[in-house]
Amino acid sequence: MSTTTARAGGQDTAPAPRSGSRPKRHYGTHIFLTVMAVMWLIPLGWSVFTALRPVASTNEHGYFSLAGAFNFDNFIQAWTQGGFATYFWNSVIITVPAVLVTLFLASLMAFAVSRVNWKFNITLLIMFTAGNLLPPQVLAAPLFEMAKHFEVPYSFSDSGNMLNTYIIVIAVNTAFQMGFCTFVLSNYMKALSADLTEAALVDGAGIWRQYREIILPLCRPAFAALGTLQVIFIYNDYFWPLLFIQSGNRLPITTAINNLQGQFLNNYNLLAAGAVITVIPTLVIYLLLQRQFVAGLTLGSSKG
Amino acid sequence: MSSTARELIPPESREPEGAPGRTGKARGGRVRRLSGRDKLVLSLMVGIPTLIELTLVWLPMLMSVGLSFTRWNGLDLGDIRSAGLDNYQYISQDYPPFWPAVQHNMLWLLFLALIATPLGLLLAVLLDQNIRGSKIYQSIFFAPVMLSLALIGIIWQLFYQRDNGLLNFLLGTAGTPQAVDWFGDSSVNIWAAMIAATWRHAGYVMLLYLAGLKGVDPSLKEAAAIDGANGYQTFFRVVFPAMRPINIVIVVITIIESLRAFDVVYVINRGTNGLEMLSALVIQNLVGEGQVIGVGSALAVVLLVISLVPIVFYLSRTFGKENKA
Repeated sequence: MSTTTARAGGQDTAPAPRSGSRPKRHYGTHIFLTVMAVMWLIPLGWSVFTALRPVASTNEHGYFSLAGAFNFDNFIQAWTQGGFATYFWNSVIITVPAVLVTLFLASLMAFAVSRVNWKFNITLLIMFTAGNLLPPQVLAAPLFEMAKHFEVPYSFSDSGNMLNTYIIVIAVNTAFQMGFCTFVLSNYMKALSADLTEAALVDGAGIWRQYREIILPLCRPAFAALGTLQVIFIYNDYFWPLLFIQSGNRLPITTAINNLQGQFLNNYNLLAAGAVITVIPTLVIYLLLQRQFVAGLTLGSSKG
Repeated sequence: MSSTARELIPPESREPEGAPGRTGKARGGRVRRLSGRDKLVLSLMVGIPTLIELTLVWLPMLMSVGLSFTRWNGLDLGDIRSAGLDNYQYISQDYPPFWPAVQHNMLWLLFLALIATPLGLLLAVLLDQNIRGSKIYQSIFFAPVMLSLALIGIIWQLFYQRDNGLLNFLLGTAGTPQAVDWFGDSSVNIWAAMIAATWRHAGYVMLLYLAGLKGVDPSLKEAAAIDGANGYQTFFRVVFPAMRPINIVIVVITIIESLRAFDVVYVINRGTNGLEMLSALVIQNLVGEGQVIGVGSALAVVLLVISLVPIVFYLSRTFGKENKA
């Protein structure tokens, strides 16, 4: 099929001197890519530049000047007075359990739908995948009201309901991300040979042992990729904390940065420092685990 | 046509019953061999995640539909009153931001589809040809994908500001009356926001296409070259069609991203003054003093119905094949 397409494509032209024109094309390619790369770096670079200049020197020399001092004062101020230490810790409290629970539940589900033949496998998998593709705002009103009308003791939550708690943010993030993880993990598990569990079955291993001792260890690469991806996704989540958390000091960093805009009006240096602080964890993960992250992103799309 | 699509899943693992050495009891055979304990373990494995998914995703979705036919201030459950189609009538006729929001969502989709996605594809094709420094370029273009859209709103705010933003400085208008407040001026801010979104989307598309291009059988390109196809013909008639699975994913991602364009506009100005978006309107009606849950839910349902189009398309592409297998 594909060769016919290729031939059809070639019919109307004489053989092109491909190899001859190669070096010239690469020259243009480099110019184009360099221009694009510089444009790509400008917004981030500008933030870093602004963040490194103390307010005093921008006040004196203006924003578009290399004059004056460069230091980390804005970062220190954002971290201590801007509350970034708290926000950052809040992000950790939300992200770590959410990622672990998501991966655990998704692996259970993926195992059940991929390794055991069952009538509703596809239906369940479709249900999980579809849930993940919805815009979160579609679910916002009912989830907010559910949290508000779910009464819990004041010793558990100072609002008397699930609003303003980390638990609800973690739970909703988990439910929302679980679909994608289940989809990816089930594809991964399906690709593992059926003989693996067959042999265990013959040895009398139960379902739990098949899951725990055979399939789970083999899924380590998928977990690494998905875990990295989910840490970034949940750390970067802006919407769920915005919806559920009302006390400013409980917000995770991604949602809190928006408050900084109002809090330090016209102190763009501090805002820039806040933005850069927020970028740092993702950048560290990116540099350390780039391969995992890229693998995670493409895992989900490798089958269409 | 589908012969060009790489099949990742080995056939024998899709139909475990077909494995050699198994006796004839095809379906059900496996289930019957499960012990009572195994059945319990399995039902928990399926049951717990399914329960969470149902309570926190599917139930709220259905409740959104239900609430859209009611009038409620969100306080007492007993106050929910049926409103018929009033909310839908209201948003389509008497709610000024509704139609601009629909237009902006469409515009966002067109911009991503016609500018951001092709740009990502172009970058992927250029970077796929083993040029020097390819990895560095890739890292640069990919960096914004790591950032949240909310943060992208902030970073571009710093770049776009009227008096102290770099763009006005580069254009020579900073500090003059001609300076444009790119995120504040309702005639340009949607374009400024879409460029900021492109910054991220193009890198994402580039990454997916780089993976897709690596998966295309090199012999296809060689065959095309032998047949005398030039670079463009090889790409558009051979390589691009061979990446059909990735193309479908990209189409779906582009549509869904345009429907989700919430974070950027909400960070800029909560989705008002030229940046109205369906998703932002939903939230505007839920939070704050008004708390018109019915109206917000009707908007959510409009958003839901539109997003079901790409979702159903994607799911039927993905799982349709499996059902037949």
